[in-house]
Amino acid sequence: MISLDINGKQYAVDVSPDVPLLWVIRENVQLTGTKYGCGMAQCGACTVHVDGEAIRSCVTPVSTVAGKKITTIEAVGTTAAGKAVQEAWIAEDVPQCGYCQSGHIMQAAALLAKNPKPADADIDIQVSGNLCRCGTYPRIRKAIHRAAGTIAKGDKS
Amino acid sequence: MSEVLNISRRDFLKTSALIGGGLVLGISLPLRGSLAQPSGEQTAGLTPNAFVRIGTDDSVTIIVNHSEMGQGVYTSLPMLVAEELGCNWKMLRVEAAPVDAVYNHTAFGMQMTGGSTSVWSEYDRLRMVGAAAREMLIAAAAEIWKVDKRTCRAENGMVVHTGGKKLTFGELADRAAAMPVPKDVKLKDPKHYKIIGKPTHRLDTPIKVNGKAMFGMDVSIPNMLIAVVARPPVFGGKVLSVNAIKAKALPGVLDVVQVPSGVAVLARGFWQAKQGRDALDIAWDEGQNANLSTAGLREQYANLAKTPGTVAAKKGDADAALAKAEKKLSAEYEVPYLAHATMEPMNCTVDLRSDSCEIWVGTQFQTVDRAAAAAVAGLKPEQVKIHTMYLGGGFGRRANPAADFVTEAVHVAKAAKAPVKVIWTREDDTKGGYYRPMWYDRIASGLDRKGNPVAWKHTIVGQSIVAGTPFEKAMVKDGIDHTSVEGAADLPYAIPSLSVDLHSPKNGVPVLWWRSVGHSHTAFVVESFIDELAAVARKDPYEYRKKLLAGHSRHLGVLKLAAEKVGWKKPLPKGRGRGIAVHNSFGSYVAQVAEVSVGPKGEVRVHKVVCAVDCGRYVNPDTIRAQMESAIAFGLSATLHSEITLKDGRVEQGNFHDYQILGLNEMPKVEVHIMPSMEKPGGIGEPGVPPVAPAVANAVFNAVGIRLRNLPMTPSTVLEAIKRA
Repeated sequence: MISLDINGKQYAVDVSPDVPLLWVIRENVQLTGTKYGCGMAQCGACTVHVDGEAIRSCVTPVSTVAGKKITTIEAVGTTAAGKAVQEAWIAEDVPQCGYCQSGHIMQAAALLAKNPKPADADIDIQVSGNLCRCGTYPRIRKAIHRAAGTIAKGDKS
Repeated sequence: MSEVLNISRRDFLKTSALIGGGLVLGISLPLRGSLAQPSGEQTAGLTPNAFVRIGTDDSVTIIVNHSEMGQGVYTSLPMLVAEELGCNWKMLRVEAAPVDAVYNHTAFGMQMTGGSTSVWSEYDRLRMVGAAAREMLIAAAAEIWKVDKRTCRAENGMVVHTGGKKLTFGELADRAAAMPVPKDVKLKDPKHYKIIGKPTHRLDTPIKVNGKAMFGMDVSIPNMLIAVVARPPVFGGKVLSVNAIKAKALPGVLDVVQVPSGVAVLARGFWQAKQGRDALDIAWDEGQNANLSTAGLREQYANLAKTPGTVAAKKGDADAALAKAEKKLSAEYEVPYLAHATMEPMNCTVDLRSDSCEIWVGTQFQTVDRAAAAAVAGLKPEQVKIHTMYLGGGFGRRANPAADFVTEAVHVAKAAKAPVKVIWTREDDTKGGYYRPMWYDRIASGLDRKGNPVAWKHTIVGQSIVAGTPFEKAMVKDGIDHTSVEGAADLPYAIPSLSVDLHSPKNGVPVLWWRSVGHSHTAFVVESFIDELAAVARKDPYEYRKKLLAGHSRHLGVLKLAAEKVGWKKPLPKGRGRGIAVHNSFGSYVAQVAEVSVGPKGEVRVHKVVCAVDCGRYVNPDTIRAQMESAIAFGLSATLHSEITLKDGRVEQGNFHDYQILGLNEMPKVEVHIMPSMEKPGGIGEPGVPPVAPAVANAVFNAVGIRLRNLPMTPSTVLEAIKRA
């Protein structure tokens, strides 16, 4: 049994320690917002937060995150940055097919939590590991800037 | 001016269309009595037709018969209904249509999504659907109030009387259901539109930002097993023998079954199934494609291109004109096989019983998939129920005449005797075939003393997409697969003599439509070569096009708009180049200007793309912008990075590290300008793709003076071309 803390809930899962976290989240815990895209950390669709860091769950053996705080797309809205990002995504109508968007949102939320006012160059570095075949990139960039604006306003009030 | 459309006038929607080689005529507006209701669904309230359901709780459900794969149909199609219905947009819900003839494509006679047709093909029907429902609600209210119907109107989810009385759609729904379906409906004057033509937020955005949208990959049904399939390493290969001892010994592996496409390993979870699949020891009969290689195909295609093919278009005597031309020019262009690389790999979930088969899948091809699944299951198509899930990208891959990922899953379920979800790994998906064909084009032209082209000779070599499919009979005419020559045989430029011919060699690589289909290569060739002619003629490539397009007002419209918005004559910083291209496809016209530079290592950097689009009357302008942005990214992936190659019959790429697509850091600044138009609505999902590659290639020529005739423009090919120059 491996103990996991996902979105503030405790789970004990009976899986082999080498199973990637992605499949435990999707199949054992049945949170399907986190997506499988490549299985080798090439596309970012599987991005989740572990202790606040954006990681690729498709190459993360589940045993390495036992006891750590895991956040998925289903709960990222409970954080200030995550909420701002989701709202900005809606305002800019970012998603098209939507399959990669959970990963993008998780990546952007982690970026903004650390760097609340990223420059375009920061976005290039931090977000380019997440692929989108629909090419929503211009809107992703705009939405990140919009979310940064929301966060900045929130800090002042 | 408002339109009056007669619902019972069958020829309004009558079209010729193809299902499995037969011709189907006469598709009528589905009305009460010809309903396809999802089974077990509550039918209280008003269900005036197969596309609208109005609940006594004021809910309005639009049943959408086109698949949502990112192109925005779950918003644009409801907009058509809502405009006429007068419902409250905020109360609107969308549901995927089940498979039924009433949901057939109005032009193609089968349920499907593709060819950039969703909006124009539903433009009349869905407005009529909304108007008919509105009239029934108004009739019910007029009856209650004992007033003339003409004194009532529908707005914001209510019927309102001029005297001020109001009833909500929900309050009227049951009574409206008893009203006769109107024979004629009066449609709104477009100048009174409140929804059509206005930027509208997508209805599916909220569930796509919180993880709730259900894709095929996310489906879970009771007792479901996960299957990962070992498929032959060479297309057309067959299993000789399987040693599954190691696979079966792995924890979690429950079963190993053989299916026509390979060997499936079943487990409770994906990881166990994949580990099992990878542990299989299979001896393959690799068959006749074991020697296929990209190098071999290139050689074969290049030789074919030197010989005359089947004539696709002919005007005057191009050979004679070419012989007499002042200046002659010829070139060869090549583009590779391309995978669709949808972010969601192929998958399909099947619950097969003795007398039914239920399928959950992201598909663009419901009618074909259902028939194919029924054939495998030994059932009638009506016994097969397909749930269309959100598609994590389609681009044509999920519209396969061979229904490969669906039939395979039914086979696995049949062999495993259990509900099954077959999941393709990214590698399975990349290596799985059904590519955009590889193309080799040879093109020649001659110019007169003033630099005007007098002849155009274009030979195209590449596989036919529809050859060997049920679509062949209808889509191949006189030996020409129209999709192979679209965008080339209909050359818009004023050239007195022309010949376009086609070779359609056959080989074992499965090919399929890939966003913009034939246009994805013909626009690259035509728009690059026109640029070459302009250069030889020492003319500005924009002015050159403008002159040769005289009389083609929609080409000219977008060409001028793009040039004006980018400031075509404005000087660029040193090292930058500007290229232009214009193309008509799927009923729409798109011009793009790209601004590029070439780095010291040969990397082509696209800084900006200005895009002008004329897609006729449009529904959701924000979706048009989104689709142009999307098409530019998609086109740039093919222009700069993506390539499927073969060696010893094997596909050499497997994942995003070697089948690369555009990254966020490479995305240029994109400006989209929409041409106001009252023309017939055109397509929008695909027409933005074709101009991208030639605009970039022409910009590279403008920047550094080299002509790139092969895609993708990888740094090494660019450096080589610079060295050669």
